[in-house]
Amino acid sequence: MAEKRRIELMVCTGTGCFAGGAFQIIEELNKELESFGLKDEVSLVATGCNGFCGQGPLMVVLPDNIFYGWLEKKDVHYLVEEHFLKGRPVKRLMFMPPDEKEPFPLLSDIPFFKKQLLVVLRNKGIIDPEKIEDYIARDGYLAIEKVVASMSPKDVREEILKSGLRGRGGAGFLTGKKWEIASQQIKTPKYFIANCDEGDPGAYMDRSVLESDPHSVIEGMCIAGYAIGSNEGFIYVRTEYPLAIKRMRIAIKQAEEYGLLGRNILGSDFDFTIEIREGSGAFVCGEETSLIHSIEGDIPEPRQRPPFPAQTGLWGCPTVINNVETLANVPVIITRGAEWFSKIGTETSKGTKIFSLVGKINNTGLIEVPMGITLKEVVYEIGGGIPKGKKFKAVQTGGPSGGCIPSSMLDSPIDYESLQKAGSMMGSGGMIVMDEDTCVVDVSKFFIQFTNEESCGKCTSCRDGSEALLEVLTRISAGEGREGDIDFLTELGESIKDASMCGLGQTLPNPVLSTLRYFKDEYEAHIKEKKCPALVCRNLIQYYIDPNKCVGCLLCIKSCPTEAITGESKFIHIINQENCHKCGQCLEVCPPKISAIIKVTGSDMENLVQLSEIISCKEWKKNHEYS
Amino acid sequence: MPKLTIDELQKMRETTRKGIYLREGNFRGKVIVHMGTCGIAAGAREIMNAFLDESDQRKLTDVMFTTSGCAGLCSEEPIATIEMKGSPPVKYRKLTSEKVKKIFNEHIMAGNVVKEFVLGIGSERVG
Repeated sequence: MAEKRRIELMVCTGTGCFAGGAFQIIEELNKELESFGLKDEVSLVATGCNGFCGQGPLMVVLPDNIFYGWLEKKDVHYLVEEHFLKGRPVKRLMFMPPDEKEPFPLLSDIPFFKKQLLVVLRNKGIIDPEKIEDYIARDGYLAIEKVVASMSPKDVREEILKSGLRGRGGAGFLTGKKWEIASQQIKTPKYFIANCDEGDPGAYMDRSVLESDPHSVIEGMCIAGYAIGSNEGFIYVRTEYPLAIKRMRIAIKQAEEYGLLGRNILGSDFDFTIEIREGSGAFVCGEETSLIHSIEGDIPEPRQRPPFPAQTGLWGCPTVINNVETLANVPVIITRGAEWFSKIGTETSKGTKIFSLVGKINNTGLIEVPMGITLKEVVYEIGGGIPKGKKFKAVQTGGPSGGCIPSSMLDSPIDYESLQKAGSMMGSGGMIVMDEDTCVVDVSKFFIQFTNEESCGKCTSCRDGSEALLEVLTRISAGEGREGDIDFLTELGESIKDASMCGLGQTLPNPVLSTLRYFKDEYEAHIKEKKCPALVCRNLIQYYIDPNKCVGCLLCIKSCPTEAITGESKFIHIINQENCHKCGQCLEVCPPKISAIIKVTGSDMENLVQLSEIISCKEWKKNHEYS
Repeated sequence: MPKLTIDELQKMRETTRKGIYLREGNFRGKVIVHMGTCGIAAGAREIMNAFLDESDQRKLTDVMFTTSGCAGLCSEEPIATIEMKGSPPVKYRKLTSEKVKKIFNEHIMAGNVVKEFVLGIGSERVG
């Protein structure tokens, strides 16, 4: 093809945009470019996750660097004609933050991207993950080249140790140290496993790394294999990540064809192969000993450590397990040097970290930030704050194993130690933002329900302990909390931590303990006053129609699925509490300028005016005008 | 597919890098062909083609080609603006493929403005 190309359209095809119809957009773009005769000048690249998932389906126009979000098929014709033919970027498809008047045309101007620092995701949105050529063009496989040509395994281990890289999967163990331990083992063969069993609700960092840059993980694994003396690697990934698995398979095949995997890599005497092992998605498989059992074909239950997998792992052989995000860091550290890497971040936490920013936040998406950045910067600058002007309440980091961090600690930096001190943990990087409408008891209940279901059942403390926690939390949120419940939760939580064998059990009480630490008053309100301050727990709230505001429009009556609302046109509507299931439909449909329906809790419920008979809005007004 | 040696991988890196130059954003200049209705009617598409052909012949990877709307002086179309790094933008008037050839050789490649075709140098003030 003659090189007449002047524009490249980087269309995001991560799982989010894929689900949003990215491939239909691509099809339409192809059709329109063809009909405008722009096929040679404008090319399409299907990239991995761009990160700004809340705006998907999206694309970035290069070299202009213009960002378009929320694309629809019907926009494509106009977009192609206006921008790619006539050179007039289309404003209405650009990113527009809620409080601004003018959109942000350039990706580099959008605050969501501005504060990010890309190391792991250096190729996201720039390469086609299904083309090894794109990866190679971006200095791909330069690190393995350097390693086999000029470094001994010891050099590699020392470089990684010097960089200060720590495991991105949860515990934060020094990666170089882990490699060192495995390399000292005499027993062979040695195995290497990349852990992509990402189970936290709301987290998708690892998936995105595999989807947007699979070769960086392959290269990282090769280097790790070389450093520890292993020739066999596995990628453990859950079956429910079909796109990640597909792209990884393609990547492995390409690398094998080019001799970047297999025998005598790049003409050296180093051999390394990679196999994909699909897990069925049990949360406990993220724990390394369970994961090993799962690969071996056994029931995924953890076992006592030590011996650590680096000593006795897969099939009894020395095995190193690293998280995929950790591995994607490795090639960059080798090419750019440990010193460069260790300059990013804080004293004890080096480099960057990927977070999936979800929940009550304006800019939902995947972000990569330097360690040490404050939570405030993440929530308010990158995340764009809380929707609808609501107040920030807390952020849950580390998923069900982590804890929540309240607004008073927004200024604390994000690194392994600070998060731990706050009663949470880095975990794999899920970040769930909660606003004032979130009830902490409800959130704790949700997480304990999750861990209770996912507990493998081996240890009593975890299996029955989580059951007992759940029972008490359910009772509290149902308004049946008793004196002493808080002490019980604290004591039981601490005992589960002490008595459980693996990470799942040791961390499962964290959501309860951390919310108890920061929001004890909310628990007390539930127990003592039978009140849910955030108006969430169904048994503790009531929906009520304010007679002073109701105009008798019938909207709520029509929307109520249980026919709990009585009334006629222009007569004040009344909710029959016996039949109300508290679904909140009526509140949704009541027009904002009327806002007659409110939620009340606790003692407020007793002070409501209860209408004894049906009364017209007019008459009510007349009677109450002077009072 | 043959197994790569280190030399071959390095060579491949060089070639593939050229394939993604548009994404890296290191440009020393920018050519803007004005494609308002007037421009298109006056033959701006052919002008764009001529620029792209010239660039392709030289295998350039450091000049960016883009379009823009009407430049405001419709009687002088087709118009193109050339912005080389470090110097003010230059607008060329009533372009033809031959003129493009000359502009490419002298201005884009050698840095000398082709005065005879110039409409104006610098840009309007935005107030």
